[in-house]
Amino acid sequence: MSDKDIAIKLEGVSKLYRIGVREKIQDSLGATIIDILKSPMSNYRKYRSLYKFDDVELESSEDYRSLVCADIIWALKNVSFSVAHGEVLGIIGKNGAGKSTLLKILSKITAPTRGQVTIRGRVASLLEVGTGFHQELTGRENVYLNGTILGMRKKEVDRKFDEIIEFSGVERFLDTPVKRYSSGMRVRLAFAVAAQLEPEILIIDEVLAVGDAVFQKKCLNKMESVSSQGRTVLFVSHNMQAIARLCPRAVLLDGGCLMQDGRASQVLSTYMHSGSGTTALREWTDLQNAPGDEVVRLRAVRVRDESGHVMETIDIRHRFAIEMEYDVLESGHLLMPNFNLFNSEGVHVFTTLDQDPKWRKVSRPQGRYVSTVWIEENLMAEGAFFVCAALMTPHPYIPHIYERDVVTFHVVDSLEGGSARGDWPGEIEGVMRPLLRWDTHYDTDVARRPATN
Amino acid sequence: MNREDLPVTVIKSSTGWELIDFKELLDYRDLFYFLIWRDIKVLYAQTILGFSWALLNPLVQIAIFGIIFGKVANLQTDGIPYVLFSTVAIIPWTYMSEATNQSSQSLVSDQGMLGKVYFPRVIYPLTPVLAKLVDFSISLILLLAVMIYYGVAPTWNLLLLPIFVILMMCIPAGIGLWLSALAIRFRDVKFAMSFVIRMLIYTAPILYTASSIPDQYRLIYSLNPIVAVIEGFRACLLGTPIEWQFIVPGAVTSILLLASGAMYFRRMERVFVDVI
Repeated sequence: MSDKDIAIKLEGVSKLYRIGVREKIQDSLGATIIDILKSPMSNYRKYRSLYKFDDVELESSEDYRSLVCADIIWALKNVSFSVAHGEVLGIIGKNGAGKSTLLKILSKITAPTRGQVTIRGRVASLLEVGTGFHQELTGRENVYLNGTILGMRKKEVDRKFDEIIEFSGVERFLDTPVKRYSSGMRVRLAFAVAAQLEPEILIIDEVLAVGDAVFQKKCLNKMESVSSQGRTVLFVSHNMQAIARLCPRAVLLDGGCLMQDGRASQVLSTYMHSGSGTTALREWTDLQNAPGDEVVRLRAVRVRDESGHVMETIDIRHRFAIEMEYDVLESGHLLMPNFNLFNSEGVHVFTTLDQDPKWRKVSRPQGRYVSTVWIEENLMAEGAFFVCAALMTPHPYIPHIYERDVVTFHVVDSLEGGSARGDWPGEIEGVMRPLLRWDTHYDTDVARRPATN
Repeated sequence: MNREDLPVTVIKSSTGWELIDFKELLDYRDLFYFLIWRDIKVLYAQTILGFSWALLNPLVQIAIFGIIFGKVANLQTDGIPYVLFSTVAIIPWTYMSEATNQSSQSLVSDQGMLGKVYFPRVIYPLTPVLAKLVDFSISLILLLAVMIYYGVAPTWNLLLLPIFVILMMCIPAGIGLWLSALAIRFRDVKFAMSFVIRMLIYTAPILYTASSIPDQYRLIYSLNPIVAVIEGFRACLLGTPIEWQFIVPGAVTSILLLASGAMYFRRMERVFVDVI
């Protein structure tokens, strides 16, 4: 690959941050007063230390791990890779792996502490939709402001204005201040502007995490068409299906280091097995940070076999269960747990809603619940499945929990027979693979068959 | 797509002093325009009086200072009626104080945008400097009314006014570049600004005459660039002799302020996002 074919080249990029400058607490009045008098000097040093790393010997420490200092972290450590023109690259990793820092460096928002990035082409980055939207300005005015903030020229916005408005579907409110918009309308308008960007390189962070399902689908389709136009796209997401569907190649970051760089399917599977991604068991020990609201909080989701063992790999011939454990904190609500299953291509395979007759139309008292759904043997196809755990009140509709990719499991066929593949050892397509009954009618007399023309 | 022609950007950590990248600034001129326009449009949103506030603010100041210094203290102003004397100074002063204040806070108040999207950072402190010119232009109506009331005839000095308008813009630009870069790291600036600005009005001949300053202190006094702007405005509008001794030192200071501010800002801009 010659230099001309490379759109983005990272060479040993590292970024150092200083975090958690700890506050000292004095226990006597005298010491507190002395502290207050001395504080301007220590405050100055504290806030200056946020960007000055005089005390850290950057040059001498080639091994980043040797740099053990209480309050600094390497958000990125020596990351190098190249992206060719027209390539669509997914960036994955758990929270704090350095994904956002990487995107901020690539978008010129912050500079690396060490290393260098070379970019060939115009870059537009979407770290957030609607950056710079102003409440008091009208929709029309915000389209221009936001468009130019994202790097468009006024002439470009003029040219694409009609398309933007059509995509957003807010024609009627064009001259209304944005503060009177619903949040959905605002997001649609913001995305519509972003969708019209035509840079050579597009950097996208989690923008799909907004809007309703229909709009998300629209966004995904738009991104697919962007990447098929030969544009270079860098895409960060927690949405594994979106990565699998849009990106042929992916890089995995962990603790600021580049762990893997390769085909998206391989990288995704490393991520899922590394324990850092989703696995067959997820638990929330801290109620405050558990998904949910004041009515109900999710405590655990697991995939298990009939004897109760958590299973990541499911034999296609065995029935298995997906269950969610949740705490109802407020009595008197009708609650309906449900699971949505997605395959690795992002296809929504099915949704299953709670069918337990005991709790239909019965409001639930406070307490700990475990809801289990049994998935029959020989129903799923082979491959990876991602579970979205959800919990809602059906009437009137209130979504309490909607957690995507909480757990994942793999369905495998050991080719020992007894599965829907019969004696066929090859590839089988389809999102489901139910074992269905076949009947054959047989007749020996070929001559009696009606004549065909 | 011809890959030979694509612009190449190198991003790396850099230390040292740099000048403002005017070519890049030119590429972002449309954004600059829309940000200025946003500031203008949003300023008086959902107010009843709207742009009348641009008149009311200096009007109240003129009335208060006119009563206290003109009537009660009965300050001597080289034979010029006190209201006329102070109005020609309060109008540019109002612009300078407001533009300086907003420019200093520009990075802090737009920090959401700062961390989410890149465009040349100097646009942030320079936007209020230009946006506030709208208020300034409106308040010129007030100035014109006062001048007509006192029957001031324009003189050839008026032709020099644009120079002093530019000088007037250099001051908030220079201070704004310095202070916005400081304020994003040390929020003390915000608290200091409120009384520093109130005190600055007494460091320039806005409410009293420059000629009342003793001879031996005049050079030090006129190093203050605000002195140059006020003296310049007064001479241009009222047709009094232009006192270059009060103007040249301040003009030099303001150019130094602007150049050093731009360099300091450029040096600091790479850490802005890391310290929010």
